Amino acid sequence: MRRLLVMIGASVIALPLMLQAHHANAVFDVGKRITLTGTVTEWFWANPHCLLRLDVKDAGGQSVRWVGETQAPPNMIPFGWSKQSFKAGDEVTVILEPVKNGQRLGRLLQAVLPDGKTLIAGASAAAVVGTPGGTLP
Amino acid sequence: MTRRVVVLAIAVMAFSDLTRAQLGFRRTPGAVYDVDFEGRKPGPAPRRSLSGTWEFANGGAEGIQADGAKAMPSDGRPEHELPYTPEGRQAFMDHKPTYGITQVPSALTNDPMPGCDPQGFPRIVLHNAHTEEFLQAPDKLVILYQFNKKWRVIWTDGRALPLDPEVPGWAIKGAPPPESRWWGYSVGRWMDDYTFVAESNGFDDRTWLDNAGRPHSDALRVVETYRRVDADHMEKTITIDDPKYYTRPWVALDRLSYRLQAPGFDIPEQECVPSETAKYNELFANPAAGVGDTAK
Repeated sequence: MRRLLVMIGASVIALPLMLQAHHANAVFDVGKRITLTGTVTEWFWANPHCLLRLDVKDAGGQSVRWVGETQAPPNMIPFGWSKQSFKAGDEVTVILEPVKNGQRLGRLLQAVLPDGKTLIAGASAAAVVGTPGGTLP
Repeated sequence: MTRRVVVLAIAVMAFSDLTRAQLGFRRTPGAVYDVDFEGRKPGPAPRRSLSGTWEFANGGAEGIQADGAKAMPSDGRPEHELPYTPEGRQAFMDHKPTYGITQVPSALTNDPMPGCDPQGFPRIVLHNAHTEEFLQAPDKLVILYQFNKKWRVIWTDGRALPLDPEVPGWAIKGAPPPESRWWGYSVGRWMDDYTFVAESNGFDDRTWLDNAGRPHSDALRVVETYRRVDADHMEKTITIDDPKYYTRPWVALDRLSYRLQAPGFDIPEQECVPSETAKYNELFANPAAGVGDTAK
């Protein structure tokens, strides 16, 4: 019985890791998360990926630009995202999975809008769905 | 102890629901899926009919196939290793996909698709596949694909496939024969009242089979089998037969289930747009791969 419990426990722990690993992309620091609050400068609703450009104050008070990507519109619409989700000037808080090379770029996993509504990047948090426009990362 | 087992079992069940959510049941707006009709038994299949608009029966994410053909993803598992010939393996290694076991950063890919080169067949159904509409005429079956609003004609008028893709013999009234095509040449017929089989050849070998960089040569032959299961469902199977690159045929889609949509269902638009791709590369893909400047 104890062995069974250990096996069940191990599978519970291992499964999400397998999912993450299976869908890793070459450029992302898979599993890492950063939270940023900033001002939207552009929401680019496009193939192969949508991009959210964001000005964020760094530790010294300087404004730096971050860019978060999502999957393409058809893969985001089912999770409540739209062309109107963001507009320039919006103050938002986002969770990104950053790229490995230290650039201020990441996969956009979640966004909290000015009205408090939270958008989740649906499947992309673990299972990176596809790629219209092409392949993608 | 029994209670602990029950608690653990509940945790495992809850987690599997979480897993399903993570993997993402994707609902195309306006579409219906099997989950919407649980407990209801479909009516009988109509004879010799595939007409209608079809969406994946188990959710819109079924067709994404980011890591390669659904039945044979590029995941390093021995059972998914394709039966390459030496030439086929070399062609696979020459491809630099952004997914699968040979993935590279997207800025370094040589995948023809991100630049919006034609996706071609069969990649249209082996990567990023979406809703399809089937239009049946007496002499042909036409399939409309959502991505880039492409279509294919599968002739059912009794003609044979071209023997030589470079000399198809399909030319109408003396017109010069076309060369190999991004979408190949396709013919089909009903094997019985509920099974339609199409064969295609004459493909341009610049396309990839899937998103993981699986290659094909100009000798590629594709067999599609559509089985009308009942009033609401059909299944699609795709078999790849390319003796130059693979030592034996292999199944890329294995009875993937589709659900018939209501007559008024409007297929969403999804286009590969070169200018959008260029902006994406400039702002994200290139700096993410260390090519170009920091985030702009």
